[in-house]
Amino acid sequence: MSEPQSFADFLPKSVSEPIFEEPWQAQAFALTVTVHQRGLFTWDEWATCLSEEIAADKASDGPVDGSNYYALWLATLERLVDEKGAASGDELVALKDAWRENYIATPHGQPVPEPEQ
Amino acid sequence: MPHDSHDHDHTEPPSDLALRVKALETALTRKGYVDPAAVDAVVDTFETKVGPRNGAAVVAKAWTDPEFKQRLLDDASAACTELGFSGQQGEQLKAVENTDDVHNMVVCTLCSCYPWPVLGLPPSWYKSHAYRSRAVIEPRAVLEEFGVSIPEDKEVRVWDSTAELRYLVLPARPADTDDLSEEALAELVTRDAMIGTGVVQA
Repeated sequence: MSEPQSFADFLPKSVSEPIFEEPWQAQAFALTVTVHQRGLFTWDEWATCLSEEIAADKASDGPVDGSNYYALWLATLERLVDEKGAASGDELVALKDAWRENYIATPHGQPVPEPEQ
Repeated sequence: MPHDSHDHDHTEPPSDLALRVKALETALTRKGYVDPAAVDAVVDTFETKVGPRNGAAVVAKAWTDPEFKQRLLDDASAACTELGFSGQQGEQLKAVENTDDVHNMVVCTLCSCYPWPVLGLPPSWYKSHAYRSRAVIEPRAVLEEFGVSIPEDKEVRVWDSTAELRYLVLPARPADTDDLSEEALAELVTRDAMIGTGVVQA
């Protein structure tokens, strides 16, 4: 069971290490806290679902250093949002593609508009 | 639309992960589950207001106020709420005290449950497969890698967090700190000491 890896590779550089490496991680975290407060799912459901994502990732030889933790977090949120009927997976993919197209269509330096409903 | 990266008639889209988050926020906002201002407020809270300093304040108070320490050990959630640090997910917090005979360390073997209100968000190693699996199997070896040597005659207790119950290690107060104020003591308390992968040094 034990993994022959030293913690030295991913020890925090200092106590003040940033908690999020990229802004999207903070956004995904905050979205989860916000929809949980709205009662979309219980914290127990969240933990169960996230545990499953992490276990499945480990089974498929995902990275062992936790570097994809927030990617798994995001997948968990997408799954629960779909399962609870708030937004389907297809809907989210369509919105993602629409956002990308809007970025590409927006001249550099101008605000990127939200996709049309 | 040309995709020449040097022209200025388009904006380079963010990563696929970032676009997925934007899609979620847009969908959830339109359906009324989310107020974008509330999301921003949560980000701000966790990045700037919450963090290991909250836990350090709890520890320093416990070191200097025996009655508070007893309340902390009896019901850590209530004691932390006294100081203004309360949970958002309704989970219970338990404080485990390091003594001459016992060293405590905290892990979440299933995912990475963590006492956010007092410690902020977990460090990257806490979320790693290696820490989650090895902390339970060979805690002393893991502690050695963090530079913490526990004598053989001292018990190591590993606490596995759950969605309902999180742990905060109350580290031992270092010797020769009798003349330090509560605030100065709090400065000594590290995040790792409150997870149990470090000790507090004067």
